[in-house]
Amino acid sequence: MIVQDIVEKLGLKVCSGANGLNREIEGGYTSDLLSDVMGNADENHVWVTLQTHKNIMAIASLKELAAIVLVKGYEPEADAAEQSNEEGIPILSSEEEAFELTGKLYEIINQAK
Amino acid sequence: MEFKFAIEGGNFSKAGSASSEVKKILKQLNVNPKIIKRTVVSLYEAEVNVVAHAFEGNMNVDIDTDKIVVKIEDKGPGIPDIDQAMQEGYSTASPQVREMGFGAGMGLPNIKRNSDQMNITSKVDVGTELEIINYFG
Ligand SMILES: Nc1ncnc2c1ncn2[C@@H]1O[C@H](COP(=O)(O)OP(=O)(O)O)[C@@H](O)[C@H]1O
Ligand SMILES: [Mg+2]
Repeated sequence: MIVQDIVEKLGLKVCSGANGLNREIEGGYTSDLLSDVMGNADENHVWVTLQTHKNIMAIASLKELAAIVLVKGYEPEADAAEQSNEEGIPILSSEEEAFELTGKLYEIINQAK
Repeated sequence: MEFKFAIEGGNFSKAGSASSEVKKILKQLNVNPKIIKRTVVSLYEAEVNVVAHAFEGNMNVDIDTDKIVVKIEDKGPGIPDIDQAMQEGYSTASPQVREMGFGAGMGLPNIKRNSDQMNITSKVDVGTELEIINYFG
């Protein structure tokens, strides 16, 4: 399962980092608290959040996350999008809320296992 | 090998850049990925604490054949009660900082969990020194 697969299956918008759409996904984590993500997310996870500022990319890069998915149609701030393009870690956007989106992601990622 | 990185208080857009440099170095040295991960979590939290709570600081990194020793020292308000600061959920972060997702009070506990040794000394109105040691073996 790669990032492109969840983009297609869930109709996500690719806001930035399209050069990373072939990154492998092995799981996910949903949280808006940065330390919570830092402590509990893992490599190759998709991260579901409503945070849009540049620090989400610092975390995604340090943790080697597969992608970030913003909820409720949120878009990344310009400097976050820029770093996402540089690092090839996509920032995606969904119209859905975290609960619905996480449920769907959980299902498709587990089906692929 | 010794390295030193400056950390700017209040500058959230740069938060994590020193930790990122250390991560690159550890990768180049082929350190065990599990130990790199632990070290990255603890250094990031220490770096963010200087950004969020202090005025300015440095990350001093000393890499040996068997361990990494990092001292993060800052000029800032210091920590009056270290035991209290270590408690999960305790935070003095401002509402604005919390809105960004910082200030969950999980930083110091994250450092504790992701380091082999952690030592904090702090002086109110002077600053804080945090030492993190992780062994490669
Ligand atoms: N370098 C520092 N200088 C001053 N105070 C600090 C520093 N690091 C931590 N603290 C204090 O310890 C508290 C807990 O830190 P931490 O567990 O990282 O949570 P958070 O940063 O989310 O508040 C902080 O809210 C702050 O009061
Ligand atoms: Mg903190």
